[in-house]
Amino acid sequence: MIATLPDAETVLGRLADKMRDAIAFDAKLVGIYSGGAWLAERLARMLPGDHPVGYIDVSFYRDDYAVRGLRPNPATTALPFEVGASRIVLIDDVLYTGRSVRAAINELFDYGRPQAIELAVLIDRGGRELPIEAVYVGERLAVARDASIVLERRADGKLELTLEDAKDASRA
Amino acid sequence: MRNPQLNAEGELTHLLTLEGLPPEVIGRILDTAVPFVSIAERDVKKVPLLRGKTVFNLFFENSTRTRTTFEIAAKRLSADVINLNIGVSSTSKGETLLDTIDNLAAMNADMFVVRHAESGAPHLIAQHLSASGKSHIHVVNAGDGRHGHPTQGLLDLFTIRHYKRDFRALAVAIVGDVLHSRVARSLIHGLTTLGTAEVRVIGPKTLLPTAVESLGVRVFHRMQEGLCGCDVVVMLRLQNERMRGSLLPSAGEYFKHYGLTSEKLRLAKPDAIVMHPGPMNRGVEIDSAVADGSHSVILPQVTFGIAVRMAVMSILAGN
Amino acid sequence: MKIEIRSGRVVDPRQGVDREMSLYIDAGKVAALEEAPRGWRPDRVLDAKAMVVCPGLIDASARLREPGLEHKATLESEMAAALAGGVTGLACPPDTDPPLDEPGLVEMLKHRARSLNGAHVHPIGALTVGLKGETLTEMGELTEAGCVAFSQADAALGDTQVLLRALQYAATFGYPVWLRPQDAALSRGGVAHDGEVATRLGLPPIPSFAETIALDEIFELVRATGVRVHLARLSTHQGVARVRQAKKEGLPISCDVAIHHVHLCDIDIGWYDAHCHVVPPLRGTRDRAALRAGLADGTIDLICSDHAPVDDDAKQLPFAESEAGATGLELLLPLTLKWAQEERMPLSDALARITVAPARVLGLEAGHLALGTDADVCVFDPQAHWRVERGELKSQGKNTPFLGLELVGRVRWTLVAGHIVHER
Repeated sequence: MIATLPDAETVLGRLADKMRDAIAFDAKLVGIYSGGAWLAERLARMLPGDHPVGYIDVSFYRDDYAVRGLRPNPATTALPFEVGASRIVLIDDVLYTGRSVRAAINELFDYGRPQAIELAVLIDRGGRELPIEAVYVGERLAVARDASIVLERRADGKLELTLEDAKDASRA
Repeated sequence: MRNPQLNAEGELTHLLTLEGLPPEVIGRILDTAVPFVSIAERDVKKVPLLRGKTVFNLFFENSTRTRTTFEIAAKRLSADVINLNIGVSSTSKGETLLDTIDNLAAMNADMFVVRHAESGAPHLIAQHLSASGKSHIHVVNAGDGRHGHPTQGLLDLFTIRHYKRDFRALAVAIVGDVLHSRVARSLIHGLTTLGTAEVRVIGPKTLLPTAVESLGVRVFHRMQEGLCGCDVVVMLRLQNERMRGSLLPSAGEYFKHYGLTSEKLRLAKPDAIVMHPGPMNRGVEIDSAVADGSHSVILPQVTFGIAVRMAVMSILAGN
Repeated sequence: MKIEIRSGRVVDPRQGVDREMSLYIDAGKVAALEEAPRGWRPDRVLDAKAMVVCPGLIDASARLREPGLEHKATLESEMAAALAGGVTGLACPPDTDPPLDEPGLVEMLKHRARSLNGAHVHPIGALTVGLKGETLTEMGELTEAGCVAFSQADAALGDTQVLLRALQYAATFGYPVWLRPQDAALSRGGVAHDGEVATRLGLPPIPSFAETIALDEIFELVRATGVRVHLARLSTHQGVARVRQAKKEGLPISCDVAIHHVHLCDIDIGWYDAHCHVVPPLRGTRDRAALRAGLADGTIDLICSDHAPVDDDAKQLPFAESEAGATGLELLLPLTLKWAQEERMPLSDALARITVAPARVLGLEAGHLALGTDADVCVFDPQAHWRVERGELKSQGKNTPFLGLELVGRVRWTLVAGHIVHER
């Protein structure tokens, strides 16, 4: 059981290091709202080369709609490039059950047929319910089932990880 | 009296009218519609939200336009759609309205989109479903008599918000047959709920309902006064029956007093937008120069209409 | 049969009686009050302690739906409802199927009613044949058959000239005419009071002046013909004012209000509750206040139930498509008591509106408990609480806007001509 959470900025640095010489030169960075979106933005600046950035909101593709209804105020997916034949790095903040990523992949395919998709996450907390793995992981953490790791962005843009009660544990 | 549109948890379970809906609920529907607008621009215009759900379009009053937009909206949500044109009188075949509802409910319906010539029909249906243990079936009012057309009201609000942003700074004029117009009533309720600075109705006395001011509007009988300084001009359709019902002498005279021309439009603000729920009677309530002109947002209204209906259905089906 | 109604609070508005005493009935008549007749040995004693003993109620308008509309109600069910409501005499409007425009139909109705040993039925005959507003009915024959007045029920009054002739004819023989003050053209297609509520709900409106224009026309015709007119179902404050003025002028008119107009207004329609679809429509709060004031000062002579049983199918429709009408025979008493209590009106005055006043307007020797009169008696518990529920109503029509309401006042015994015809 973790006692304290790692510093998000440090983990982000580590993630960028792993991605730096590994991702395709023409890879597009697609962040899953909202944590993944912040990360994609930051990574685009931290990584060399010109990687177009897109944002994906998975509200309309989630598998828990029947139980939880539509999330309030879904954001608009914005992919300012041709998804077909692209090499995409999908970026999320916390990888847990894998369901968000599944939804994001399904949604991407409604935009076109990518050449390849790789997954990059800040935190991998295990507990997978679907066969999904990230190629690039900032840090692996073990977290109690009833807890939720949340990425937050402070007013000055600094990223922070916090632990919350999982009563609203929909961050898969 | 509890709001019949909300379930026991206070969530929206039917959309019957915009009256009494809190501004947050309206705001949420408009916000949810935003991403649906861009989905319409993709190649794959579908999302899987309502997959496996069955939506019945129950049109007791004919309308190809409205029915088509609801059908498109439901299909883009991956729902199965069944269209039923039940004609003017449901009792013409001896089956009562509620019998029809009971039969369809037994076919595992998830949502009824209802248009009816009489005010209150969707309320009756919603109440009956609740009383017969079928409260999981959602009812969307696609127009009931002269009472309400909430999805039209919402798409009108969405359009105004898209072009004008803040309702609290706007003067909106609704011109024409307010008396018979469910579109006008819904829009008025939506505008007043969202705090619109001024809502005006413009029309002859024969086409304005009694005590219309009690809805929160300012009444004008002359366009020359009512249009001054308006940010939004909404033209209502004039139906031929009105001439036959001795409410108006002729379409020509109506156009003279209440038709929107470029000249009259100049009285509104220079960046005013012109809206119309459609279908338009060119030369009766609006002349072609304005309908096709730069102020007109009539075609975008149609696009927004599909997105707004997708938003309504996806919010309801999830509750 | 000797019946003693013991120690009840006897309230007889006509005789000005309101005190605790016993009532003695013999051979169908009121034999004695207060003191038993000599050698009195009752066959039955009804313990009326803490109860009110009053004349059987007379409902000036109750539709029995026979002949012709038996799917809505039958004489059996509605008679049971009347007796459960303490109503021992009622007038029924002529809008049956066929309308009561022929003596044979009236005789048959009276015969049927008599054979049920229930309340006395006083038919109101059709003013015109088929209620079509074209030709006059044989008012003489109909009166002989038992009609107490003539009316067009809810049908249009017909063109003014036909109406004038009908009133002149009736006036010749002194037949009273009951007229609904509603201008047909102005109320055409309308279902709700023309005001904020109808505008918001999008319901086709009936303006107040549909009533006042009709009243003005009726008053002119009364002045011209001298006919005695009873105005059936006032609903507007302007109407009440006009009637007050007309009575001051000395016109031979009387009028009534339906009990639901005494309590409800258009706001009660809520989200299109078709039980509130009645004719004339439920009007605004100001109208309701004026109706209550009119009852208090005598401008309005009496309260009736305007009982109209409607089958469920005809009510479970969108408001404007639903059939108008509310059932009310069983609710007339408790709703009148509710009004009286709210207005702090003495019980005797309130009961007068549903006993002696309708008897007077209908020209009946009834609605009071003087010695020697027919023993039509209502004994009710003024403290009994009960809830208006479908299962509680004996009428075949369960269509009341008061469903779910808790009322105070329930009939314990009803006697017609000295027979106990209802017992709870």
